[in-house]
Amino acid sequence: MTISVAMTVNGKSVSGKVEARTLLVQFLREHLGMTGTHVGCDTSQCGACVVHVDGKSIKSCTILAVQAEGSKVTTIEGLAESADKLHPMQEAFRENHALQCGFCTPGMVMSAIDMVKRHNYQLDEATVRRELEGNLCRCTGYHNIVKAILAAAPAMKSAGV
Amino acid sequence: MYDFAYHRPKSVADAIGLLKGKTEARVMSGGMTLIPTLKQRLARPSDVVDLGGVKELAGIKVEGNNVVIGGMTRHADVASSADVKAAIPALAYLAGHIGDPQVRNRGTMGGSVANNDPAADYPGAVVALNATVSTNTRKIAADDFFKGLFETALAEGELITGISFPKAEKAAYMKFPNPASRYAMVGVFVAKTAAGVRVAVTGAGATVFRVKAMEEALSKNFSSAAIKDIKIPADGLNSDIHGSAEYRAHLVGVMARRAVDAANK
Ligand SMILES: Cc1cc2nc3c(=O)[nH]c(=O)nc-3n(C[C@H](O)[C@H](O)[C@H](O)COP(=O)(O)OP(=O)(O)OC[C@H]3O[C@@H](n4cnc5c(N)ncnc54)[C@H](O)[C@@H]3O)c2cc1C
Ligand code: FES
Ligand code: FES
Repeated sequence: MTISVAMTVNGKSVSGKVEARTLLVQFLREHLGMTGTHVGCDTSQCGACVVHVDGKSIKSCTILAVQAEGSKVTTIEGLAESADKLHPMQEAFRENHALQCGFCTPGMVMSAIDMVKRHNYQLDEATVRRELEGNLCRCTGYHNIVKAILAAAPAMKSAGV
Repeated sequence: MYDFAYHRPKSVADAIGLLKGKTEARVMSGGMTLIPTLKQRLARPSDVVDLGGVKELAGIKVEGNNVVIGGMTRHADVASSADVKAAIPALAYLAGHIGDPQVRNRGTMGGSVANNDPAADYPGAVVALNATVSTNTRKIAADDFFKGLFETALAEGELITGISFPKAEKAAYMKFPNPASRYAMVGVFVAKTAAGVRVAVTGAGATVFRVKAMEEALSKNFSSAAIKDIKIPADGLNSDIHGSAEYRAHLVGVMARRAVDAANK
């Protein structure tokens, strides 16, 4: 079944024709060519595909594109103001060496931003670790990711993002 | 995933209409179980009826002594609800420990209870709190709802519209999560309500079950000491690579005692 979908991705209106079974992540990567959002497991476990839909972090491999009809979607590509002005969370990942191969990073950053906002910019280490339950990293051992998120929380607050 | 016809009704009546006569149609709430199932081609529905647009199904209301939660209410909304936290904090705690934040932002109470995964968390709360499941046609008592492995009292095309939980005097949920999946290896929900004390176990058997011996002991003396000598038979419990039936039987006792202690705090 072919269906027309329309949504806002990173502030821009986009539309396209998809099959009912097309996943949101396929729509982003294959229809829109936005390959920043990754597919790690495709079984809803690794979190590499996390994006925000209407402000909430979700796994884009486990939602149909048609379910996001009319929604506001934010992906990793929509965070930085420009090539030299990263989002405070991206900057904190860079500063704290929170990535190695980088495969998990887009999902980590999207989950991290959602968690910081949900906790009103105040987090402790235990909370960050528990909140990262849906994101797997095969390289870093998580330690620097946790450090980066703790550093980004006040930075996001003062930047007002 | 095989393709299907997709529908997004705006009301329960329209959803029921769409399901009528289509024996291979499936409803979808959060999709956190259904979509992975479709990807693995374990199901091949002709039609998917998405309840995501049915506003009347989502929400939390306090009605007298009960908290009524709509079928489309997401786990994250139950976990953060001030009403649920005030009336039945154990239920908010349970919802906040399902899967991970992204699963909780999509998964719903109706979907979880209808699916009746043996390791799902909500069935424990539904049975221990003696909740009532409302569907588009009737009301079903918790004890009559869960029938077996992935099996419930729901008829074909019958939808869970909401679940009504009586407030508890004391209640707590303790879960021993599988370290990889976060599903319950064993979860025990203990509740003392107007209807008495109930102990419901999830994760250990084919479906949620009550432990009557513990309920009797706790009715006389609501303390973990009162149940410390009660042994759970391993017979018929789940046994897999994550743990043997004996291990799970032992965990039921440990989690039940911890739950009673937490309920008394
Ligand atoms: C990584 C991961 C971890 C998870 N961890 C846990 C965990 O720790 N504990 C836990 O309990 N669960 C866990 N889950 C499952 C999660 O809670 C699901 O959200 C839930 O089991 C199904 O809810 P859903 O709304 O997504 O249902 P869907 O996937 O939409 O539907 C599930 C089934 O129920 C039927 N259905 C849906 N809504 C209704 C309705 N209103 N009436 C009748 N039938 C209906 C559908 O047709 C389908 O057969 C996890 C899932 C994932 C992906
Ligand atoms: S690709 Fe979506 S959770 Fe792994
Ligand atoms: S940096 Fe390689 S998987 Fe996380």
